Amino acid sequence: MDIFTFDIAIVGAGGAGLRAAIAVAESDPSLTVALISKVYPMRSHTVAAEGGAAAVTQAHDSLEAHFHDTVAGGEWLCEQDVVEYFVEHAHEELVQLEHWGCPWSRTLDGRANVRAFGGMRTERTWFAADRTGFHMLHTLFQTSTSYRSIQRFDEYFCVDLIVDAGRVQGVVTIEIATGEMRLIQAKAVIVATGGAGRVFSENTNGGIVTGDGMALAYRHGAPLRDMEFVQYHPTCMPGTGLLFTEACRGEGGFLLNSAGYRYLQDYGLGPPSPTPRNMAMELGPRDRLSQAYWHEKQRGRTISGPHGEVVHLDLRHLGERKLRERLPQICELALRYLGIDPGRQPIPVLPAVHYTMGGIMADEKTASPLPGLYSVGECSSIGIHGANRLGSNSLTELLVFGKVAGIEAARYAKAMSHGDAATVGALAEATEAGALAILMRPRGDERIATLRREMTRTMEDGCGIYRTAATLQSSCDRLAQLKQRYQRVGLDDHSRAWNTEWLLAIELGYLLDVAQAMAHSALARRESRGSHQRLDGFEQRDDASFLKHSLAFYRADQAPHIGYGPVKITHSQPGTRVYGAAAAQA
Amino acid sequence: MVDQRTIRMQVLRYHPQRDERPAWQSYTVPFTDDTSILQALLYIKDEIDGTLSFRWSCRMAICGSCGMMINGKPRLACETFLRDLAADAVRIEALAHFPIERDLIVSVGEFVAKLESIKPYLIPKEPRALAAGEYLQTPAQLARYEQFSTCINCMLCYAACPEYGLNTDFTGPGVLALLHRYNADSRDGGRAERMPIVNAEEGVWSCMAVGYCSEVCPKQVDPAHAVNQNKAISAGDYFLHFLKPKHRPP
Repeated sequence: MDIFTFDIAIVGAGGAGLRAAIAVAESDPSLTVALISKVYPMRSHTVAAEGGAAAVTQAHDSLEAHFHDTVAGGEWLCEQDVVEYFVEHAHEELVQLEHWGCPWSRTLDGRANVRAFGGMRTERTWFAADRTGFHMLHTLFQTSTSYRSIQRFDEYFCVDLIVDAGRVQGVVTIEIATGEMRLIQAKAVIVATGGAGRVFSENTNGGIVTGDGMALAYRHGAPLRDMEFVQYHPTCMPGTGLLFTEACRGEGGFLLNSAGYRYLQDYGLGPPSPTPRNMAMELGPRDRLSQAYWHEKQRGRTISGPHGEVVHLDLRHLGERKLRERLPQICELALRYLGIDPGRQPIPVLPAVHYTMGGIMADEKTASPLPGLYSVGECSSIGIHGANRLGSNSLTELLVFGKVAGIEAARYAKAMSHGDAATVGALAEATEAGALAILMRPRGDERIATLRREMTRTMEDGCGIYRTAATLQSSCDRLAQLKQRYQRVGLDDHSRAWNTEWLLAIELGYLLDVAQAMAHSALARRESRGSHQRLDGFEQRDDASFLKHSLAFYRADQAPHIGYGPVKITHSQPGTRVYGAAAAQA
Repeated sequence: MVDQRTIRMQVLRYHPQRDERPAWQSYTVPFTDDTSILQALLYIKDEIDGTLSFRWSCRMAICGSCGMMINGKPRLACETFLRDLAADAVRIEALAHFPIERDLIVSVGEFVAKLESIKPYLIPKEPRALAAGEYLQTPAQLARYEQFSTCINCMLCYAACPEYGLNTDFTGPGVLALLHRYNADSRDGGRAERMPIVNAEEGVWSCMAVGYCSEVCPKQVDPAHAVNQNKAISAGDYFLHFLKPKHRPP
């Protein structure tokens, strides 16, 4: 097996991985960085983020306000010291991206413009039209090409972490074009592989968002934290789950039920006003909006469409000019995919899975409990999102903590030396044998697509917007069966070059492990908080028993062990989340 | 009930370790009014033939992965719908002008190397400390380059470009548009460093002004317009070269 030796390996070259790579290069250009991704960096899913990135910007805004919106939005399951660091460093990171060329939308006098976003009491979301993630990703990718110490491994698929002598020492990859295994030995590894939205059937995520890094860290003993908290974005395209950004509502869009009524006023988010009011109505947080949809559907006040029950996202009153300037991509998507001109017709929407609040447990420096392993971005649980993420906090998170991860991994790598090459090589050979065993499995009685479909269905049915012990138990049971059946999954393709079926089979293994962590964590949390809502006698938040992080520990051939860890509270004691009229009075 | 029909899809297959040359394979695929080419390919992969290989991810025409020739035209599979293709059979093949790695997958490496060669990053006109905040850039200044910054690197314009088909050394429409994006940015001072690439034989003067690149661009980047602007700038540079003294006075 070919071996490449680097100081630091970064798995994932989306926003978080690129920012981390640049941070390593800037902190010490003598450190060598392997930036590994199963796709070319500009294909990473950061590209699909639309609405914007949050940072306190206006004179009448404050860090304390951003802190409180985030912590209350996350229903007090946030690490408050980490949120403090986050809000303090958000603005400088967005300015840094501006200095690197990001085409932020501007005010008339040339400053970075900000827009309103859900659950944010003041406009503080920087944006680049409705292509913010796209522009951030391309800016970071293009900027990264100016650093010589970063060597990219584009289209290399990560199949395992190398763990020896109690620390992470590299990664084993498949060079996708040839199907050959490559060992990348490193003193520190940063996992930046994004979320796992593909475990659900309706989601906004790209096909590549399969929880790879989460599953690998989990299998090596790092706990997955708060995995029961899965965000449903309230305004997605029926059938495909594609995203219509929250900025549609930030710019003034309405949500209407079958009677043309702004139903959010019935769910503690009113009273309605004709122009957007922060923290109210359509600018409430995503968990509340998706839950309100569910209730409207129960009451028979949604609209039946070919792909399920929908409500209407009405942008007609915004006018053509604003739509073209602020929401060009949304207009294009609606027109091309649905044949709808948002200037003339409302867009049919429904909630779909968007984001995993939980992830690999990380301390405030992005370090996992496994020495040498760092994580950043959606795959990581550093603790800023709690039980529900506010829109536009995650793009900023990539930057703020991408930089931290790069600096911390660099510091660690400088203090370490490479491990024993023979041992590391032997571990890599064992990984290769396992991956080749999957490759050579004959077409049998189980197909990848069948298992994937059953997995996404049971997650949707059992771990959706509202949950009960019965639905969750059913998901847990089904996932256990699917993991058994996965052992018999067969391939049509046993060749090496560009065998994407082989990669799909490995990804399915990642997805099943992550799905199990989600379902079991959700079953064990007998309360309702943020995006995790129970209907079976646990409808209330229970701080006495559950003001704590869940920790899912991997166990081979059996269900995960669910443990708990403390929540760091610095200065915001758990209270009531207030939106609508109550927020205006607060 | 949604009206479901079937269509015959002809896909050009090629496996580098098995095949001497590409060959067509036919699949029958069910579709409805909202089935995209990408969804049809995923159906084949999932239900009929797991050996068919293609790139895809976002499904919403922003990641740039799924460019391919659809009935002879370079298009994104995710935003091309079977309903819009008036034919009883659809022909799908890898993007033209690029080496095929397998089936519908072409080599991207050369394109990315070109992208990296044009200094695709801001070379500040004036350095600015982070503490000083953002550079000021008015909406009008932004508008001068914004369109050229929305290229998704899908390479459809390269598959459309007859010059690139003849001479793959040509820097090509997408990368020249990106180069122009930085040169036209009010914050950037790197134009002098990038103009040799514009002026080179493989630069804008290789362009034969066919304009098909802009026609196929899924994001209205209009690379032909970027190339034309740079022909004017390049010509200006050429004439200025005679007027300017060789050694500037101190």
